[in-house]
Amino acid sequence: MAEFRLPKNSRVSKGKHYPAATNAKRTKTVQVYRWDPDAGENPRTDTFEIDLDQCGPMVLDAIIKIKNEIDPSLTFRRSCREGICGSCAMNINGTNTLACTKSLAELKGDIKIYPLPHLPVIKDLVPDMSHFYAQYASIKPWMQTQSPARPDEERLQSVADRKQIDGLYECILCACCSTSCPSYWWNGDRYLGPAILLQSYRWIIDSRDEATGERLDDLEDPFKLYRCHTIMNCTNTCPKHLNPAKAIAEIKKMLLERRGA
Amino acid sequence: MNMRNPLANARGHGSAKSGTEHWWGQRVSALLMIPLIIWMLYTIIAIIGQPYQVVQVYFSQWINSVLAIALVLAMFRHIQLGLQVVIEDYVHSQPLETILQLLVKLFALAGTITALLAIIRLALQG
Repeated sequence: MAEFRLPKNSRVSKGKHYPAATNAKRTKTVQVYRWDPDAGENPRTDTFEIDLDQCGPMVLDAIIKIKNEIDPSLTFRRSCREGICGSCAMNINGTNTLACTKSLAELKGDIKIYPLPHLPVIKDLVPDMSHFYAQYASIKPWMQTQSPARPDEERLQSVADRKQIDGLYECILCACCSTSCPSYWWNGDRYLGPAILLQSYRWIIDSRDEATGERLDDLEDPFKLYRCHTIMNCTNTCPKHLNPAKAIAEIKKMLLERRGA
Repeated sequence: MNMRNPLANARGHGSAKSGTEHWWGQRVSALLMIPLIIWMLYTIIAIIGQPYQVVQVYFSQWINSVLAIALVLAMFRHIQLGLQVVIEDYVHSQPLETILQLLVKLFALAGTITALLAIIRLALQG
C-alpha cells in the first residue's frame, strides 16, 4: 500500500542551532535537512542564522556560505549557479526548485530546505538519481533514423518544425517535476514521470526522427505513461517554466489518433 | 540489496501496448454521463413520491428506458475504470491487487445486470 508516514528511521528530529554573529543587522534563518549515512542516526534539521549583508542573493549562495563558514560537512550538489545544469534541485519552502535561481528576498520567513522528495537520500541534500537517469536512458534520448545521413549536409528541418521542440529542448533534467508528482512517488518504479515523458515527446515531435511509432509503442502502457492523472504539480514547479503536463497530454492525443476514437 | 543494473529496472517488463482504451473509455463515459445525470435528476424530481403505476408508465416510454439503460452502462463502466486506477495507484502487493481488481469487475458486472433487469422489467410491464 501507499505509505503516508515516514518509516521509523526516516523521521526527522530537531538538530543543531547556529546563531548569527552578534553584530549582524539583517539575518535570515535557514533550516536544512541533514542525514549522514555513516552516523547511524535519524535525519535532523539544523538551523543556521545567516547574515544577509555578508551573503549573495540566492538560496545557493546561502548554503555555500553555510558550507564555507559554518559547517563544512553540509553536502549538496551544485555546479553552474545559473539554472542550466540542474544540479542544485532541492525542495525549498515546500516547492521543488533550483537553489541557484531562487532568490532569498522572495522567500518570506524562515527558509526550509529538504532534498527532492521521495528519492533515496545519499547524504544531506543529495538524492540518489540512478533510477531517474536509467528511465531517461530507457526512452533512447537520441535521434533514431533509418535513412543514412547525407555526407554533405546536416539533417535539415523547416522553421515551423524546429518550433515544435521549443519548450521541450530547454529541459535540464533537474527532476523537480518528477519528484513533485504524487503518481511518481507511489509508482516511480514503473511510471516514467513528467521529466522523462517530456523528453520522450521532444524526440517524438522532432521532424528529423524516424522512430516515432516505436517510441509511441514503448510508451503505450498503463504504468509508463497512463499513471499521469493531470495533477499538474510538474508544470507548477518547473524552474524553467516548461509544461510537462502538456507534453504528456500531446503523447496521449497521438496515441488516440493513431488507433482512432 | 538490488544488484540489477538500473537500466534493467527502468525497462522492467517493457510496454503492455495498452492503456489508451482505458484512458479514452474513462473520458467518453464521463462525457456521456453529463447529460444522462441531468436527465436522471429531472426524472427523480418528477417521479419521487408518485405511485408505482406512474413510475411504471414513465419507464415504459421508449426514450426514458433507453436513457436509463445508457446511464447504467456508462456509470458502471466509469466506476470500474476509475476504481481500477485507484487500485493500481495505491495497492502494490500481490495477490491482493489482482483480487481487488476482480472484485471491482464482478461488482460492476453484477450491478449492471441487476439494474438492466430492473429497468427492462419495469419497461415491459403492463
